Amino acid sequence: MRRERSTTWRNIASSCGIIFLTLALSACGRNMFDQPKAELYEASPYFSDGSSARPLVEGTVSRQRGSIDATYVSGQDENGLLSELPIPVSLGLLQRGQERYNIYCSPCHNYSGDGQGMIVQRGFPSPTSFHDQRLRDATVGYFYNAMTNGFGRMLSYASRIPPEDRWAIAAYIRALQLSQYATLEDVPEDIRLELLQSQGAIR
Amino acid sequence: MPQYFPPNANAFARWTVYGGILFVVLLAVSLTVFARTTNNRVRVPVEQPIAFQHSLHAGELGIDCRYCHSSVEVAAAANIPPTETCMTCHSQIRVGTPQLAGVYASWENEMPIRWNRVHDLADFVYFNHSAHIGSGVGCSSCHGRVDQMDGIWKAEEMSMGWCLECHRAPEKFLRPRSEVFNLAYEPPADQLALGHELVETYHINTEKLPQCSTCHR
Repeated sequence: MRRERSTTWRNIASSCGIIFLTLALSACGRNMFDQPKAELYEASPYFSDGSSARPLVEGTVSRQRGSIDATYVSGQDENGLLSELPIPVSLGLLQRGQERYNIYCSPCHNYSGDGQGMIVQRGFPSPTSFHDQRLRDATVGYFYNAMTNGFGRMLSYASRIPPEDRWAIAAYIRALQLSQYATLEDVPEDIRLELLQSQGAIR
Repeated sequence: MPQYFPPNANAFARWTVYGGILFVVLLAVSLTVFARTTNNRVRVPVEQPIAFQHSLHAGELGIDCRYCHSSVEVAAAANIPPTETCMTCHSQIRVGTPQLAGVYASWENEMPIRWNRVHDLADFVYFNHSAHIGSGVGCSSCHGRVDQMDGIWKAEEMSMGWCLECHRAPEKFLRPRSEVFNLAYEPPADQLALGHELVETYHINTEKLPQCSTCHR
């Protein structure tokens, strides 16, 4: 009886020992944490620039929405830069344009479009104000083209702003231009009074 | 068969087993703690080849996060800006200063700048920035006040337990989409009421959120 009990204990003890050894010898690999695949921005020794990301092959055609329409993407047709927006204007479009303008354009062009943004205050040469007569007369395609291909000291924003947003921004620039030359008659009648009151409150 | 061990060897064997069990428990506990803390260099500045200051660019100058991390709303990754983005301003500003030598070298040699990674999730976690932003998770909820950081560091531990704090109760952390990029956002006093409302509005599936396959595939 006593003999049997001690054998049982010994069996348990030796199984525990084996489990320990297995745990200890197997070690903890972290190969699932860092799998043999190229994650974004992962370095790669295979390419001369050391990056696993490859540039697009020349002549690659984007399948992005609207990219089939050459006029929409380039902002030009056979008569030159487009003078009309290629998409319908809506409040949503202008709001989108405002948001994108404030992100990408306001650092230099300022929120009002006068070209005195924060980066200009820190030494970047001032861009022409959107309220300058030359730019008031410019076509909407002119702004789209500047965003797409860059203009003067401004680099292209094509890699950061997709075409639909560039059109939205172009539409919003038009709205900004209107805003600086607006009269009371341009304000819808139902909010005219409210506007006057708020101005009175400021004065 | 003669007896090899004296009777008191039984007690010794018994205690070895108890000790063994204790060892397994302690090992499990310490491995868990290790797995949760390892590689989580929270609030430790990561050295970078160029001393870029978020506190200047995002803080003082007030440049929107998306000016540089432009893919964050539409892609899984918030992109590290290419050198071209730096050059948008630095083709004119502080040209030739030693602090920016790395930027100009990268631009001229067409070699990407080798930034050091700050956040590195395990490869079996499929994190998606755009999904979080669309659901009203603010940048600062996970990345802290980046606009006040001179260098750059991880603000939160980014462990699975930490992720689940929100995945189990998103209403405690969500904010309106319009405030996602506002790093100075403070949650209102009635956060829970707002949070429940946002969960409804943004169609957040709270049942699916804490499940394994939401993040692991």
